[in-house]
Amino acid sequence: MKTAEPVNSDYTQPGVSGMVSDWGADKQAFDVPWGKLMMWIFLLSDTFIFSIFLTGYMNVRLSATEPWPPVSEIFALTVGGVHLPLLLIAIMTFILITSSGTMAMAVNYAYRGDRRRTVILMAITAVLGASFVGLQAFEWSKLIHEGVRPWGNPWGAAQFGSAFFMITGFHGLHVSAGVIYLAIIARKVKRGDYEKKGYAIVEISGLYWHFVDLVWVFIFAFFYLW
Amino acid sequence: MSDTASEQHPIGIYLKIWLLLFALSACSYMVDYFQLQGYLRWTLIIIFMLLKAGLIVAIFMHFQWERLALKYTLLLPTVAVMVLIALMLIEGDYTFATRHAFFDPG
Repeated sequence: MKTAEPVNSDYTQPGVSGMVSDWGADKQAFDVPWGKLMMWIFLLSDTFIFSIFLTGYMNVRLSATEPWPPVSEIFALTVGGVHLPLLLIAIMTFILITSSGTMAMAVNYAYRGDRRRTVILMAITAVLGASFVGLQAFEWSKLIHEGVRPWGNPWGAAQFGSAFFMITGFHGLHVSAGVIYLAIIARKVKRGDYEKKGYAIVEISGLYWHFVDLVWVFIFAFFYLW
Repeated sequence: MSDTASEQHPIGIYLKIWLLLFALSACSYMVDYFQLQGYLRWTLIIIFMLLKAGLIVAIFMHFQWERLALKYTLLLPTVAVMVLIALMLIEGDYTFATRHAFFDPG
């Protein structure tokens, strides 16, 4: 019934001996709310999906005989006459990192029982996430307009398009789903639905959101900076 | 355990981590801006990437305050991913070499 409090007082030993007793004793192995454990396991499976996408991208890029399109130039923007490479991606990165920060604070306020601040911070997180998706839509339409297709592009190796649309598309789908998820949870927090159950749900939705940010860190490094 | 731990953190820690993440992102952006190449580029990109990923997982996702049983459950399977990456690195280079050997004129 009580999910927010530590589940079992047997979880006292730290380190390796604690791990052995967690797995070995006649009790549940993980001292976390079940929803949180399931979210972690889901994120582990998602880690595999994104790893496979990025590994596939690495493989086709390594084996492409034509030159890879100049990524830094493709995502450049000219602002006030100044040409800045990768600017669009830098802005998107900044937005996503900031949204992760506001989400972490929302989790903290949720456990303190400050519902008002939790809802505000979750709303900010969702709005930042939505603006990230908006910028991504802008990026996609710009590239499609310039002639990038999953089977070819004007600058070089044809594999660029398929890798780009698949990886950023799947990530964008995760962000969009996250925005909806956060909006639903924020509304329920505002309504006071979790006053009895406890606020682990905010931490669980936060885990998902931070994971989306985490995946972007790898996409940023491997797709845009390579 | 994690619940009580997360209640005790002051908000400041998240602002500090946010600033750090921002600085690290700016650093990796600079790597591209100044067009660093070769091993220097790769070393820097991967260091900044791993630091950012580590901060997000450890602090934002509260991973460092979880119990070891959960940590190993989540970390050990990723070893399989490392093996896949290593295999596909070899495979990619091999495919590239074969394409050159068979499709290059002359």
